[in-house]
Amino acid sequence: MSAVDVQNVTKRFGQTVALDDVSISFEDGGFFALLGPSGSGKTTLLRTIAGFHFAETGAIRIGDRNVENVPVEKRDIGMMFQNYALFPNMSVADNVGFGLRVRKVAAAEERRRIAEALELVQLGAMAERRPSQLSGGQRQRVALARAIVTNPKVLLLDEPLSALDKTLRVDMQIELKRIQREIGITTIFVTHDQEEALTLSDRIGILKDGRIVQVGPPREVYDKPVDAFTAGFLGDANWVPESWLSALRLPQPANGHSFAVRPEALSMAQARLDGMNAVAGRLTQRVFAGAMATCLIEVEGQKWKLIARDRDIPEITGDGAVWLNWRPEDTMAVRA
Amino acid sequence: MSRSLLPLIGKLWLFAILFFLYAPILVMAAMSFNASPFYQLPFELSTRWYQQMAGNGQILSAALRSVGIAMVTTLVATALGTAASIGLFRYDFAGKKVLMVLLFPPIAIPWLITGTAMLIFFFAIGIGRGTPAVIIGHVALALPYVIVTVTARLSSFDITLEEAARSMGANSWTVLRRVTLPWIAPGVVAGGLFAFAVSFDQFVVSYFLSEPGDSTLPVLIYTAIRKGFTPEINAISTIIIAVSMLIMFLATRYSRFAGDR
Ligand SMILES: Nc1ncnc2c1ncn2[C@@H]1O[C@H](COP(=O)(O)OP(=O)(O)O)[C@@H](O)[C@H]1O
Ligand SMILES: [Mg+2]
Repeated sequence: MSAVDVQNVTKRFGQTVALDDVSISFEDGGFFALLGPSGSGKTTLLRTIAGFHFAETGAIRIGDRNVENVPVEKRDIGMMFQNYALFPNMSVADNVGFGLRVRKVAAAEERRRIAEALELVQLGAMAERRPSQLSGGQRQRVALARAIVTNPKVLLLDEPLSALDKTLRVDMQIELKRIQREIGITTIFVTHDQEEALTLSDRIGILKDGRIVQVGPPREVYDKPVDAFTAGFLGDANWVPESWLSALRLPQPANGHSFAVRPEALSMAQARLDGMNAVAGRLTQRVFAGAMATCLIEVEGQKWKLIARDRDIPEITGDGAVWLNWRPEDTMAVRA
Repeated sequence: MSRSLLPLIGKLWLFAILFFLYAPILVMAAMSFNASPFYQLPFELSTRWYQQMAGNGQILSAALRSVGIAMVTTLVATALGTAASIGLFRYDFAGKKVLMVLLFPPIAIPWLITGTAMLIFFFAIGIGRGTPAVIIGHVALALPYVIVTVTARLSSFDITLEEAARSMGANSWTVLRRVTLPWIAPGVVAGGLFAFAVSFDQFVVSYFLSEPGDSTLPVLIYTAIRKGFTPEINAISTIIIAVSMLIMFLATRYSRFAGDR
């Protein structure tokens, strides 16, 4: 049985439909990313699961309980906020222990669990400090320790890493993943950063305009996006012009579908290669970026993009006429 | 030259203001320690008027009544005002803006008018005069001060702290006690001190609403002066000023505290 189950949930704010008949299941112990552009309803979905919003229709189950009528404080959740929301008047240990004290856990047990949680986030030495005496990354860890110390049924995170700079963010991603594996807690992670979603999660749910567009493992949603929006949102997509379709080997009948190729699936040559799908174009720009390089190629008036190791891209001479080749199975078919 | 002159004029101006503000008070305080009942110099240090005052049952009971009323006013106004501030902060409702704007006029309306209006109103609804009427009047006067002070403090409060506490299992009461109140405490204390000062220093409304014989200290002083002035009044006034200034000092300290953090 899934740990959290959302069924046909609709939520409006005045005229805005923030969630439009959303149904989604979160596997027990899984790391689930909710990915979508700004305003797509990610926060609303997370806060509806948490209980800060009440849905007009639909059902939400956490563990074995229907929670539509259960207030936030009884839902047994752990939540991490974008601004950390640490209590400034309490020490790190008291922040982490808050949920235990509310649950009237015995003092000795409380101390043990606070120490354990702080150990897990590698902040054992900081227990007596105030939040104001910590760096951004350390506050983040305290917020995480505080959210998991009560062993909640589900951990909810709303863009928890977006306030950190790039290096720290990558460190925290690794940390977060390690901790999630270690304690095996069901985690729902909201982000608008596709790379973050692809890196961290076992499953991704793509949202757009309050609807779930696609759900699946990262590789599947990346390689087999169901529509043009998902294809373009998860990475760059080169759209095959219709005039070329008859010359290609396609995974689906062309009827009712559009076809695209990821930039890294392409290879450039001055000839068409055997057994490959290919289109002809003209190289307009080659951008060197160290290990990798990006080429821009004009195909029937459209801009195509190729990304490859710089050393794997041949020098093109003359007027720049090239063939872009790719394996037929790398052709993505999406709903037109 | 004008560069150095302007700040100089400014300083003189400030000095003049402070002088006319504090000189009468200082003279009065000095005279309360002068032995002569007719303000004669040379100054002769004496605590005679303080002793006489301490033996004056009327003054003492008025002082006690003043303090008592001020304390009740403080408790009620602080509790109601804090609750109102939190309500205004947390919830959006129709007419909220109007309500908040309506909080300010009572601070600006002359107390003479407020007092008259209250007297008429209290008689109309049957409360009439007396200590309960005085307390209700004082609470009404003090409420805006508490709400303004606490609201100022709340404006720097991060509402996600309450949400975080709830997500960890705290009910509304625990959230209030453990998270919200500790944050706004300096504002609540400052608001309470303002409320105390408003009540303790109140003359007009107390004068209108108290029964003869049940006077508060300012009312008693006023009636005493009309009958004939004694340096005892200097003594009690000096004490009132000292208490009021201490309270105001604490209140501004706390409310600055409230703005700083
Ligand atoms: N409290 C609110 N009141 C009114 N509209 C809201 C509120 N919260 C969210 N919305 C609207 O609902 C939609 C989804 O918002 P949100 O869930 O915050 O998106 P995301 O987190 O994906 O950026 C947006 O159009 C937003 O303007
Ligand atoms: Mg959001």
